[in-house]
Amino acid sequence: MTEAILPLALENVSLEIGGVRLIKDIQCRFEAGPRSVVIGPNGAGKSLFLRLCHGLIAPTSGAGRWQGPAGAAQPGAAQAMVFQRPVMLRRSVAANVDYALKLKGHARAERAEIIDEALARCGLRRLRDQPARVLSFGEQQKLALARAWALRPQVLFLDEPTASLDPAATHAVEEIVQAIHDAGTRIIMTTHDLGQARRLSDEVLFLHRGRLLEHAEAGAFFENPKNDLAQAFVRGELLWWRYGRDNRRAEADPTAEDLD
Amino acid sequence: MNDFGDAFWAAFQLVVSLDADLTEIVGLSLQVSLTAVFIAALIGLPLGAAVALFRFPGRMAVVVILNAFMGLPPVVVGLVVYLLLSRAGPFGVLGLLFTPTAMIIAQVILITPIIAALTRQVIEDLWSEYEEQLRSLGAGPARALTALLWDGRFSLVTAVLAGFGRASAEVGAVMIVGGNIDHVSRVMTTAIALEVSKGDLALALGLGLILLVLSTGINGAAFLIKEMALKRHA
Ligand SMILES: Nc1ncnc2c1ncn2[C@@H]1O[C@H](COP(=O)(O)OP(=O)(O)OP(=O)(O)O)[C@@H](O)[C@H]1O
Ligand SMILES: [Mg+2]
Repeated sequence: MTEAILPLALENVSLEIGGVRLIKDIQCRFEAGPRSVVIGPNGAGKSLFLRLCHGLIAPTSGAGRWQGPAGAAQPGAAQAMVFQRPVMLRRSVAANVDYALKLKGHARAERAEIIDEALARCGLRRLRDQPARVLSFGEQQKLALARAWALRPQVLFLDEPTASLDPAATHAVEEIVQAIHDAGTRIIMTTHDLGQARRLSDEVLFLHRGRLLEHAEAGAFFENPKNDLAQAFVRGELLWWRYGRDNRRAEADPTAEDLD
Repeated sequence: MNDFGDAFWAAFQLVVSLDADLTEIVGLSLQVSLTAVFIAALIGLPLGAAVALFRFPGRMAVVVILNAFMGLPPVVVGLVVYLLLSRAGPFGVLGLLFTPTAMIIAQVILITPIIAALTRQVIEDLWSEYEEQLRSLGAGPARALTALLWDGRFSLVTAVLAGFGRASAEVGAVMIVGGNIDHVSRVMTTAIALEVSKGDLALALGLGLILLVLSTGINGAAFLIKEMALKRHA
């Protein structure tokens, strides 16, 4: 836990499924410290990108390398991920956190205290003995965060942690994410909420159809994105939608030639 | 109709008075089927889970066979076990034919595929739902196995009950390999078949009543467990 796994370097990472290139030659580096927010239209490859970084799927070509002193051995142990759809085990709220801690090798004696703290931080203490799957969507999302937080990961990936949450729940989740960041965890997240991207980002990655089109410091990015598509996206123009996923390889698409 | 009424009354009296013959038959039935379901669960649960979680050559064939064998005709199973255990058969020296052990073997063969196939389905569905999260937490299929069995507990109990229901209700296999010998291998279903053909409707009806209560009880329990699980864990 003391030895760092960061930085993470992606070297020409591509992913191909069923003959379609879904992630194309991504080259980037994540240093310790700032919060990264990955944005881009539906189907841009944000979720796949996070999975590749987290090591859940292997790239077809290229490689992701954890270059920190502890990165070579078991980098997975120092990471956690909160998925777009929360996955709840058929157990109580507390038992969901407990199982995650158990998998990471925490002794039973120390688990209870960590669980209490994580549930308290995420406002779930009163629900601790409820079956996790009867919780509301927002509560489940908070539990997924509590579970991730309890693991004290060095790097936490969050895939649209506030999608379909109401404003109050969104605010609560953002505060939790901020607190996790303050406690020293490297945050790498995706969102469709540009306001949220502004609030939670130190740097921004703009993905479009599997390509990383821009990777910039947040202030500069929102002020004046260099990439045309990023500009349109940030201004809320519908460009990315009109040339959307349905005609991925259509000739009518002026951006198609530099892709594929 | 009067016959039926008399027989029904006699049957009722047999049940209420815990008639010695009747309790012996019910006792043996339960002993045979519970032992069979216990052994079948011991084999079927891990087998089904393993087929669900691990990729190995011939896996698809195993899946197809398990599903096909869910509907094995009891008389055919009885016949095959009979041939294996008969004097001239490969296991003839064990002298198991026409014993409760032979009946247990036949029922194990009959219901292991049921439990294994249902388990595979349950565990496979759970794994596809949990896989990414559990891998993210550092658990591959092998480490996740016990957690999956636990999280699937309600459906798995239902699978085991389905096996028990099938074992306690079938007549073909136990008739052939057990022989329906009084005080040795006579169970509810074979006794009912015999007593009806002999014309002793009272005992047949009494046993029929008990069997009915048992099987509706099992199905009711299976249903309630499912309902409870749905309520608790959605
Ligand atoms: N297992 C898969 N097999 C085939 N195609 C896939 C697979 N997973 C994702 N894709 C495709 O890859 C593209 C990117 O998917 P991804 O889920 O990463 O998008 P996203 O940027 O997260 O979108 P959203 O904003 O809707 O969550 C999509 O077009 C999707 O259809
Ligand atoms: Mg996504």
